Amino acid sequence: LITTRMSLTFHSTDFEVHRNWLAITHSLPVSRWYHENTSEWTLDYPPLFAWFEFGLSHVAQHFDRNMLLVENLNYDSPATVLFQRLSVIFTDLVFIFAVRECCRCVQEQKGSRDILNRPSFVLAVLLLWNFGLLIVDHIHFQYNGFLFGFLLLSVAKHLQSRHLQGALLFALLLNLKHIYLYVAPAYGIYLLRSYCFTQDNKDGSISWRSFSPLRLIALGSIVGSVCALSFGPFIAMGQLPQVLSRLFPFKRGLCHAYWAPNIWALYNILDKVLVTLGVRLKLLQEAELPRASMTGGLVQEFQHSVLPSITPSITLVCTLLSILPAAASIWWRPGGARGFLRCLLLCALGSFMFGWHVHEKAILIAILPLSILAVESREDAGIFLVLTTTGHYSLFPLIFTPAELPIKAVLMLMFVIYSFTALRKLHSGPVSLLHPLESVYLLGLVVVATACEIVFPLSPWQQKLPFLPLLVTSVYCSVGVTYSFLRLYVSLNTDCVNVEFTSRHV
Amino acid sequence: MQTWSLVSLCVLLGVVVRWGVSLNSYSGAGRPPMFGDYEAQRHWQEVTYNLPVQEWYLNTTDNNLNYWGLDYPPLTAYHSLICAYIAKIINPEWVELHKSRGYESPAHKLFMRATVLVADLLIYIPAVVLYCLYLTDGSAKKKVSTLFCFLLYPGLILIDYGHFQYNGVSLGFALWGVLALGLGWDSLGSMAFCLALNYKQMELYHALPFFCYLLGKCVKLGLMGRGFFLLVRIASTVLVTFALCWLPFLSDPSRALQVVRRIFPVARGLFEDKVANTWCSLNILIKIRSILSSDSQIYLSTACTLLAVLPSSVRLLTKPTFWQFKLALANSSLAFFLFSYQVHEKSILLAALPVCLLLNDLPLVAIYFLQVSTFSMVPLLLKDGLLVPYVVTSLAFLFFGVFLLSALEHCSEEELRLGAYHKLLFCLPKLDMACIVRWKFYISVAVMAGLSFASVALVPPPHLPDLFPVLVSTTAFLHFFGTFLYFNVVQFSGPPSRKSQKKKN
Repeated sequence: LITTRMSLTFHSTDFEVHRNWLAITHSLPVSRWYHENTSEWTLDYPPLFAWFEFGLSHVAQHFDRNMLLVENLNYDSPATVLFQRLSVIFTDLVFIFAVRECCRCVQEQKGSRDILNRPSFVLAVLLLWNFGLLIVDHIHFQYNGFLFGFLLLSVAKHLQSRHLQGALLFALLLNLKHIYLYVAPAYGIYLLRSYCFTQDNKDGSISWRSFSPLRLIALGSIVGSVCALSFGPFIAMGQLPQVLSRLFPFKRGLCHAYWAPNIWALYNILDKVLVTLGVRLKLLQEAELPRASMTGGLVQEFQHSVLPSITPSITLVCTLLSILPAAASIWWRPGGARGFLRCLLLCALGSFMFGWHVHEKAILIAILPLSILAVESREDAGIFLVLTTTGHYSLFPLIFTPAELPIKAVLMLMFVIYSFTALRKLHSGPVSLLHPLESVYLLGLVVVATACEIVFPLSPWQQKLPFLPLLVTSVYCSVGVTYSFLRLYVSLNTDCVNVEFTSRHV
Repeated sequence: MQTWSLVSLCVLLGVVVRWGVSLNSYSGAGRPPMFGDYEAQRHWQEVTYNLPVQEWYLNTTDNNLNYWGLDYPPLTAYHSLICAYIAKIINPEWVELHKSRGYESPAHKLFMRATVLVADLLIYIPAVVLYCLYLTDGSAKKKVSTLFCFLLYPGLILIDYGHFQYNGVSLGFALWGVLALGLGWDSLGSMAFCLALNYKQMELYHALPFFCYLLGKCVKLGLMGRGFFLLVRIASTVLVTFALCWLPFLSDPSRALQVVRRIFPVARGLFEDKVANTWCSLNILIKIRSILSSDSQIYLSTACTLLAVLPSSVRLLTKPTFWQFKLALANSSLAFFLFSYQVHEKSILLAALPVCLLLNDLPLVAIYFLQVSTFSMVPLLLKDGLLVPYVVTSLAFLFFGVFLLSALEHCSEEELRLGAYHKLLFCLPKLDMACIVRWKFYISVAVMAGLSFASVALVPPPHLPDLFPVLVSTTAFLHFFGTFLYFNVVQFSGPPSRKSQKKKN
């Protein structure tokens, strides 16, 4: 209900993207879907999503036929806007259902509490009112609620030990948006280890004899059939290479137009600093430096000047290295479904940190599952608070018109107040949830926010360095995100140690 | 959870809803030559900034009173002046004399909407928060729920942030007055109410209860002793406040008279457009406007209004308690709305404020009435293109009101204070009044939804072009009249029994 209020007139380029896809899937035959490039926003999601858009387009024609013509670039009649917004709201029903399932899996604590203090209620509010999701889906326009519904539902199924359903849902999800490949290793290793090997030895290590090929085959057939269903028509038409090239456009730059707060942002800044220092100290010749600037707001290739340049393969290697310890830990010492969740988080965060052309919206893949852990354990709650606040703040540059400034500021404030007070109440104890340094860091966010949103536009630097606020935002947030990543890794190790001492049952 | 965090969450949510509505269209958008209320406010900024005080209400070459001349008391003019100063700093084109007529731009819209929000944040919202926290009884959760529903009242949000007006300021001042009286600070309360009165003359709807309550209090304290001092103190506060507001106009009595003539235009007819009051509804059956002369229309409406407001005022005079005061506010504003002269549909907001005060005590009736009041403004909202905000805010209000205040559970006969009805309707067989009320509520909501949908989707038959506005206003009128009778009955029945109230919480 509340989300319908977000029917604002502003829409970003993503709106046009989806309108274009509606038009493509509706008007053109299937064979042309991945070859069409009248508009610059080509179809770059897997086929299942294309089928989803195709289904939507049949409803769309009742609203406004004109939006389904491919030539109508940037078409945005009120009916079109209304339809698109309603479709997001409608598909959010999947998300709401998934949240309910998750809440049922959360362990309730003893003692009578009124509804406001129950972990499941807190979790429900944290998920449903997640600021990032609200902003990205309803203002910026995407279908993330729908997709996250699938992710959370599959996680919930695993928490309830219904592994086959969970696997099916994840396969569907992968075919809807391939960004979730980031977390596929977690699924793969967890299912292989905990599902295919039906029993563990007494000390928790693998019992090779309990390998069940039947289960493996079941899993494989589920995944295979889903992929076949979505990719099948394209393989039959021999278009697989074209589809893959559309899905994985490696020509884009290392960083997205708005720098995602990951390692590469820090790397870029380091490079810039070294360059400036070098020029000042006369160690480098300014004329020798490559002209390409990475501080433009567009997606370009660029070279680093001082430090070695980063290629896609390097990012791949770094990502794999970062998620390897997590994957190894659930292989050697499985922590049950919650260990799987932790590993999923680490995979998501690892690929966010080291990936190629990461969009800052991807931080949501890490934040939403972390909510589940946050309502159950103290330490996770602390990490959650740091990660969500910085992650959500890094989404601020996505919404840049002055008209929406109050909305995003107020919504962010609401989410921050709620998450802090609710989690504090839930995990009340002698020690506060946040280390003093962390609190200082988060307060520093307020300073940065004021500077970027209010002070900067009115200052004379607006013309000379228009990219400065974005830079400052990403760099400041990357510190927070990196910190959370490291803490999560630490907690993984300690968690596994604890699990070893306690139960052995998966 | 701690109260402060819940309160701040409610306030923030209220702000989000208001700003969300304000991103929609406003009255008279893109419609030359006259545009609408938005252009009127902008024009007042232009006039007050560029012309000297003496000329604001006069018809001069620079100030054409036919084009949105100032017709509110001086405090509105001062507020426009302050806004104009800020506008001049940001973009002088917005308030240039003559040249800025009909100026419309996204930046300007942002500025105007921001002025409404700032005024609300400074005046209306703090009053609401303080009222709900200090003058309502119940657990903290109940208070916060009341606060939430109060802030979510759709009518005020849609008119102030959609249609564009500054009702929040005048209603806010009136609310401060009520708050002060409730806490026992009589002079401050009267000063706040005078400010409200000097902002919008329609606050006169609330004037009689304030007067009767304070007078009754003085009488109770003894007219020869402390009561007399209280009376003198209040009277002097009122006079000083009025003098301060009207200072620039007091030097020349003719000028003051001109202002009065502008703010009380008696040259217009009994009603304009379709309003949910008696005269308009009566006009469907008997063409009053054509039968009676304009003078007799004035006399008739004055007489009816006075008659309608008399019982509740007398009751308040004899029993000046805060509970009676709230009910009298509701009764008086409703009486004025129903029977007065030249009433606008937006005036229902003046009746809605006292009913909001009763959200805690009579949740079902309050929510019912507030929803009907929003519904009665549907033709106006549709003209401004505010359909989506209307639907969304009304649904949210109904949902949260019924759910958070448990309105449908707390409607036993005793809670609705329907005991008196039994005495009145003693001839009829024993009816379960509570059940009737609940069913009336469901049916009304269905009817309202149906009529709203019809006004949007269906085309009226050609020989009855005003069919839907008329239907809307008549339905609303019936509800308002019924509520008016109900509140009168409640005011005359016994005070709320404290014991049964404590049990529920």
